[in-house]
Amino acid sequence: MTNTEPTIALPICIRAITKTYGDVYALDNIDLEVKSGEFLTLLGPSGSGKTTLLMVLAGFTRPDCGSLLFGDNEVIRMPPHKRDVGMVFQNYALFPHMTVAGNIGFPLKLRGRSKNEIAARVEGVLATVRLEGYGDREITQLSGGQKQRVALARAIVFEPRILLMDEPLSALDKKLREHMQIELRHLHEKLGMTTVYVTHDQREALTMSDRVAVIDHGKLIQLDEPRKIYDQPTNRFVANFIGESTLIPVEYIDGKPCYDGVPLKISNQNAADGNLLMLRPERLTLLDIGGSSDYNCFKGEVGDVVYQGESFVIYVTLTDGTEIAVRSVSQQKFLATTPERGGKITLGLHPDETVLISDQDGGNNCTSTYQKI
Amino acid sequence: MKTLDKLTKPVPGPRTAKIYKRWDGINSEELGQDELREKWALFGLSIPAIILVLTVIAIPVGWLFWLSLFNDEGVLSLSNYTRMLDSKSYSRIFVTTFKVSFFTTLLCVLIGYPLAYFLAQLPKRWAALGMMAVLFPFWTSLLVRTYAWLVVLQRKGLINQWGMELGWWDTPIKLVHNLNGTLIGMVHIMLPFLILPLYGSMKTIDFDYIKAAANLGANPVKAFWHVFFPLSLPGLFAGMIVVFVLCLGFFVTPAVLGGGNVIMVSMKIETLIDLFFNFGTASALGVVLFVLTLMVLFVAYKLLPPDKVLGQGHNV
Repeated sequence: MTNTEPTIALPICIRAITKTYGDVYALDNIDLEVKSGEFLTLLGPSGSGKTTLLMVLAGFTRPDCGSLLFGDNEVIRMPPHKRDVGMVFQNYALFPHMTVAGNIGFPLKLRGRSKNEIAARVEGVLATVRLEGYGDREITQLSGGQKQRVALARAIVFEPRILLMDEPLSALDKKLREHMQIELRHLHEKLGMTTVYVTHDQREALTMSDRVAVIDHGKLIQLDEPRKIYDQPTNRFVANFIGESTLIPVEYIDGKPCYDGVPLKISNQNAADGNLLMLRPERLTLLDIGGSSDYNCFKGEVGDVVYQGESFVIYVTLTDGTEIAVRSVSQQKFLATTPERGGKITLGLHPDETVLISDQDGGNNCTSTYQKI
Repeated sequence: MKTLDKLTKPVPGPRTAKIYKRWDGINSEELGQDELREKWALFGLSIPAIILVLTVIAIPVGWLFWLSLFNDEGVLSLSNYTRMLDSKSYSRIFVTTFKVSFFTTLLCVLIGYPLAYFLAQLPKRWAALGMMAVLFPFWTSLLVRTYAWLVVLQRKGLINQWGMELGWWDTPIKLVHNLNGTLIGMVHIMLPFLILPLYGSMKTIDFDYIKAAANLGANPVKAFWHVFFPLSLPGLFAGMIVVFVLCLGFFVTPAVLGGGNVIMVSMKIETLIDLFFNFGTASALGVVLFVLTLMVLFVAYKLLPPDKVLGQGHNV
C-alpha cells in the first residue's frame, strides 16, 4: 500500500508573518522554520495566536504581511484548495452527509482518482488508523475517538507532504487522549510528513513533539526541544506556562547569584544567567534539617500536605514568605516521614536542577535573519 | 403506608437482584402511582387544546366528508366522486392546481435559494436587515399585495406602459389574467415561506465544513456542490413542502391575478357554493384536495424522513 510508505516531506519556512485584528496583534512578526519531516508543536494559551498561525499555514487566514514557503514554493497567496496540505480540525469537521468511506475518499475524488483506486486507498488508510471495516458507517454512529481517527485518515489519505492539526485531541477524555498521543506519534514516524500541531496542553506538546514553539500574544517566545523547553525556559512566561514552577528573585553578591545570602551552586553555566530562580515541585528534595552540602538549601515551614495518589505535594512557606510546593512520589517510606503542618523543613535543589531565568516576560528570542520579499 | 425507617437495612453483600428485591415491596407501588398521577396531570393540562382542535378541525372536516356523500336529491351516494372522474373539467382543475403549485415552488427555489444563501453569508447586522426586507410583505394584507400586482402588471399597468414608452415592445404583453400573473403573484407571496426554513438550515452549517472541503482540495464551486448544498437540503425541502402545500389550497391570488383563466380547486369550490349552492360536490372536491395534500406530505415524508430532514445535528 502506498500510504504506508513514508511520503516525501517538505520543510516550511515562515518569515515575518504578521496579522492584526484592529489594534491587536494576533501574529507579531513570526519567523519560524519547520524542518522537513519534523513534528513541531505550537503551544500557547488561548488567544495566543497559535491557531491563527495554523490557519495562515492552511490558507484560511490572510496575514497582513509575510512570506510562507513550502519547500521552495512561495504559497502565501495560494488559495487553500491548491495548497495540498492535510488538516485535522478541532471539531473534526467530518461531513455528516457522507459515510466514513465517503469522507475519506472525498479528497481522492476531487483529485479525479478512479473508483477502484479510491476504494483501495480508503481501505488501506482505514487499516493505518485501525478502523478496518468502518467504511460504511455513518459519521453520527462513531464515537469521539473513532471520529478523530477518521478525520486523521481523511487528512493523510491523499499523501500530503505537510499535515496540520488543530487541537485534535482536545475533545477526547484523558485516557483516550494519552493513548492517541502515542498513536499519532507512531503514525508520524511511519508516514514522515512535516507536521505542525497546535495545542494548549503543555504535557501533550512535550509528549509528542520534536520541537515546541511557545507562542504568546502573537509572538514566538521560545523554540526548542521539549526537554529544553521544560528544563531551561528562556524567560518567566515559559517557566510559568510549562509545568508548575515558582520563581523567586536572586540577588547578585560579588557578581554571583545568591539566595538568602548564600551563593547558589549551578552546574550548567548556560542556566546561570538571570535574576529569577526556578523552583519546580518535583525537582526539589526533602532534606533532613541541616541538609546536605551538595544541595542548594531552602528553609521553611510546612503548610498543607496534599495526597494526590501517585504523588503528594507539600506546600512550604519559605523564610522570606514565598510559598513553594514540593512533590514526592507516594511511596510508603516517604509517606511515613511526611512532615507535620507547622513543622520546620529544609528543601534541597541539586546544582544540576538549579536554573536561573531572565525576568523579561516576552519578546522574540529566536534571532533570525530575513530578507524582505 | 410503609416507611423506609421501619425496616432494617439489607445485609451488606454482593449486589444481587435478590437483595434489591428486599427493597422492592417497600415503596415501588407509591412511586409508580406518583408517576402515573404526573402523566395524567400533564394530559389534563392539554385537554382544553384537544377540545378546541376537535371542535374546530375534526368536526368540520368530518362534516365536510359526510356532506360529500349525498347527491343533489339528498340521497346517500358516491355520485359526487364519480362525477369528478367522469368530467374532464374537474380533472383539468386538479391538473391546473398542481401545475401552479409546482411552478410556484420551482420559481421560489430558483429565486429563494440564492437569496437565502446571500443572507446566510452576510454579517449578522446586515442579515437581520435583509431578513426584515424578506418579511416586510408579511405585514401588508394579502389582498393589498395581490391588487398591487394587478396595478403593476395589467394591460395599462406600470410595466407595460414603461416597456412601450421605452420602445421595448409595441403591444401590451399579457402579464396578468393568465398563468404568468398568477405565478408572479404567488411566488411573491410564497417566497418568505421558503426562505425562512432554508435560511435557518443554512445558518446551522458549520463553516468548518467548507474549510475542510477547501483544505481537501475542493475549489469554491465544488465545495458548494459537494458540501454546502447537500447540507442545506433539509431546510430546502422543508420550505418546498410548505410552499407546495400552501399553494394547493390557495385562493385569493389566483382568483384575482388569474382573471378566471386559471381555475384552481379552491376557486371551483367557491363557485359551486356561491353560485350553485352545491354543497355535496364542493365537499367532495374539498375531500379530494385534502386527501391529495396528505398524499403529497406522505410521499415527502417517505422520501425524506423527518429525523433526517429536521433536527439533524450538523455539529459533531
